[in-house]
Amino acid sequence: MIVDRRVLPHLDWPLLAAVLGLTLIGLATIYSVTGNIGANAPGPEFWRQLYAVPIGLAALAGCLLVDYRTLAQRSVLVYLAVIAALIAVLFFGVVAKGARRWIDLGVGSLQPSEFARLGVALMLAMWFGDGRRNARSLADLAWGGVVVAVPIGLIFFQPDFGTAVTLTSVYFGVIYLAGLPLRWVGVGLLAVVLLSPVVWMWGLEDYQKGRVITFLNPERDPRGAGWQQIQAKITVGSGGLFGKGFRQGTQGAYRFLPEAHNDFVFAVLAEEHGFFGVILVLGLYLFVVMRSLEAAKLAKDRVGAFLVVGIVSWFTFQVVYNITMQAGLVPVKGLTLPLMSYGGSSLVATLAGFGLILNVRMRRFTN
Amino acid sequence: MLTPGAYEDRQSLQSRLLGFRVGIVLLFVLFGVAFWTLQVLQHQEYLERAENNHMRTIELRAPRGVLFDRHGEVLVQNRRVFRIAVVREQTGGDLEGVLVRLAAITAVDEASVRAAVKRRMNEPSFRPIPVIENATEAQVASVLARALELPGVVVEQVPTRRYPDAGLAAHLFGYVGEVQKSQLRPGLQPGAIVGQAGVEQVYDELLIGENGNRFVVVNSRGREIEELEHQEPVDGKRVQLTIDADMQRALEEAFRSKGFNGSGMFLDPRTGEVLAMASVPSYDPNEFASGIEPSKWQALLGDPLKPLRNRTVQGTYAPGSTFKIVMALAALEEGLITPETTFNCAGSKTIYGNSFACHRAGGHGRQNLREALMHSCNVYFYTLGEMLKVDTIHKWAERLGLVGRTGIDLPAEDESVIPSEAWKRRRFNERWYPGDTISVAIGQGYVTVTPVALARMMATIANGGTLVTPHAIRAVDNGAGWEPTQGTTVVPPVTLAPDMLDAVRDGLWMAVNAPTGTARGAQIAGYDIAGKTGTAQVISLDAAKAVAGRTTRDLRHHGWFVFFAPKDNPEVAGVVFVEHGASSGAATPIVRHVMNTYFAKKEGRPLPKLAPAPPTPPALTRSTPAGPASGSGVR
Repeated sequence: MIVDRRVLPHLDWPLLAAVLGLTLIGLATIYSVTGNIGANAPGPEFWRQLYAVPIGLAALAGCLLVDYRTLAQRSVLVYLAVIAALIAVLFFGVVAKGARRWIDLGVGSLQPSEFARLGVALMLAMWFGDGRRNARSLADLAWGGVVVAVPIGLIFFQPDFGTAVTLTSVYFGVIYLAGLPLRWVGVGLLAVVLLSPVVWMWGLEDYQKGRVITFLNPERDPRGAGWQQIQAKITVGSGGLFGKGFRQGTQGAYRFLPEAHNDFVFAVLAEEHGFFGVILVLGLYLFVVMRSLEAAKLAKDRVGAFLVVGIVSWFTFQVVYNITMQAGLVPVKGLTLPLMSYGGSSLVATLAGFGLILNVRMRRFTN
Repeated sequence: MLTPGAYEDRQSLQSRLLGFRVGIVLLFVLFGVAFWTLQVLQHQEYLERAENNHMRTIELRAPRGVLFDRHGEVLVQNRRVFRIAVVREQTGGDLEGVLVRLAAITAVDEASVRAAVKRRMNEPSFRPIPVIENATEAQVASVLARALELPGVVVEQVPTRRYPDAGLAAHLFGYVGEVQKSQLRPGLQPGAIVGQAGVEQVYDELLIGENGNRFVVVNSRGREIEELEHQEPVDGKRVQLTIDADMQRALEEAFRSKGFNGSGMFLDPRTGEVLAMASVPSYDPNEFASGIEPSKWQALLGDPLKPLRNRTVQGTYAPGSTFKIVMALAALEEGLITPETTFNCAGSKTIYGNSFACHRAGGHGRQNLREALMHSCNVYFYTLGEMLKVDTIHKWAERLGLVGRTGIDLPAEDESVIPSEAWKRRRFNERWYPGDTISVAIGQGYVTVTPVALARMMATIANGGTLVTPHAIRAVDNGAGWEPTQGTTVVPPVTLAPDMLDAVRDGLWMAVNAPTGTARGAQIAGYDIAGKTGTAQVISLDAAKAVAGRTTRDLRHHGWFVFFAPKDNPEVAGVVFVEHGASSGAATPIVRHVMNTYFAKKEGRPLPKLAPAPPTPPALTRSTPAGPASGSGVR
């Protein structure tokens, strides 16, 4: 693994800066919301997140410096390692909040599912990018599907529905790029629309129907399932144009908004920094996504392009879903906002992902 | 090392990437719109909701103003009671379960707990809804001990009215209760406690005080995190009543010892101040202080004796012979007779073809006005009734204050009616017959008056013709000591010729003090009490015979006694009305006892005691006396 020094000038500094900027904004927001009222100190979550930053930067550097093609060629190994870790979680994992997601490493805990997406992205990039496979072959689609389905199955058992869903976004992103006929997409959407009444009538348990109804009308159950959704809107809406100011938010600090430092960190940002803060952060995310897709465009080979798109897909999916959730427009699911939400494993895995994206762009001229 | 088809590949890849990018940009534009809507367009709404989320206003109820008697004795004060309330939004979504457990733990009827909550269900869910007012210590202890099973149940201490024992002056004080929707006025929140009768109602705005508030920050579990502001409640104003507690006790004691229902009112004729006022049977206002139990409330409402009714101002009765005072003055002032004019009483008199009987079968013989008043001779006053037109009687009754309402500062005063020709035409669409006047002459027929109106009439006779307005409060403490509330209402005095008036007063004095007077039961040797008895028929004598033995209704007559004392320079005037007392003989000893008390107190002698009646009523306990301007120490 020798680094060719000639590639370093091609590093995409603006993208790196935007990614680090979002990480720091996330840190500041966690600092603001976890501090106890009155006490002038942030909560333990802030410190844990702070410690994750250098680890994440190291992971980013690691993923940047090794040629992505080298990694892609060994993607099977990476993939198998991830699968092994996911299996290990099921046996040795630590249970928290009703789910077995973490492996205790002594100094901290690790959430392998966060890294599963990288393994899957590498595998799919190799599968569709290397050689002439494309998504017009059902056999190839199926193989890709198996690659995704195995970790999804394992993650479902933890259970962690949200993370499992993001894995499918990697798959869909890659097959879309690989030329999945758009009319197949159309047929699929049509099927969903036509089948949903059938599923509603016979496929859903009452409690599941209740959740959907509550989503459509959260005021129906303001203390129960609708709570987070209502509180998220209140948090965002009360921020106004300029926000209440750093550490002046009340919704998260007084625990009206659950998971304020985690799933709802963006709402806290919206509360404290208002619409202008929202526009700034949305702009940064948009910039990161666009810049990353440029890396895919510039990529020297299909593997690079598919790798970038695989990573960008889950990143974008999660950002879009999470922010839509802040505005109360989709049901609340345990999906974090990449880079900003609390969660060490997530931060490290995301930064590693951006290491790969930077890697592809940096090496666009090498052979 | 481009392979064949790589160019097409690249083209396809690029267009797909473009599609990706366009989609993302569109999504982010939508985000911008969504957040603009939430944060700018709907900002106010959400800001308000965020503040309601974490800010709570907790009301601190102000103690109502303390009521004193005219000499500074504390009559009505406040005590702190425990109140158990439910904060719905803290019940963790299990309001029903909490209520069921609360009812079980406190041994309270589940339905009443549920009803209390239901009644105020549409108030904000963070506001505590009281479910058990005046909780016992045992209830408080068990609620606190099992707090974990009762999320959202809070125990509060609230100031509550404390009235004297045995319902003393209950109708004067009135009672308090939760404000009704129709009573809401600016500054009153639903659930506020306001006066619902008596002085409590009329002077509510003086007495209610200003509730304080605590503004606190709470977390999502409703736990208080910090207090932002604390506004102390402002006590209601201290109010000095006109009544004399000792006279008041004597009056009620006398009624109890006689075992009669009825009413009495004692005024200071110089000012109209109410010295004592009672309506029997009574009720215990303490029952209302913490919200009356529905069963007790229904019992009070359904009681045929109507204990809630203040008979002194809300009862109208035929004044009977007490009305002869009006007849005498009217005839004198109109110049139809002089005090020395005599008429003969032969036991009955035939007027317009009908025979009207006197109460003394053999007749009183030839009498002048003084003697006629002393004997309460019907024939004498029938004769005056022949001479006077009813409109003239009405005029003089009005000048003495006996028509309409007296304007006393108590709620729901009824009107006294002294008929006139116009009144009868209006009321019955019928002309006045001269025979009607004969009934009026002895206070029967269409004449119905309230006890307070009669008391006012006696005050007018006593003070020489000035119409005073009976009133129950004397002074209010606005923060700088007692300030008198109302001077005597100055109404141009009736011009009552002194010698005419003296003749009437003499006759009334003789009724009490002469050996053959009709009101000797009120006599106190050495003190010149002057008065007039009266009997109001519940049913005519003929009708009484007809239904004899066939009704359980009490058909005995009501007895009146109206009076003033001392005869010269009167200090007290008033009325006692005894329901079904058979005659005025039941009323005179009551006045006698109260006046005995008045004179004893004035002269510093020990207050007289009545031998308790066979079924011993609970002894009246005295509240701790306090100086009228002692400032603190009255809460």
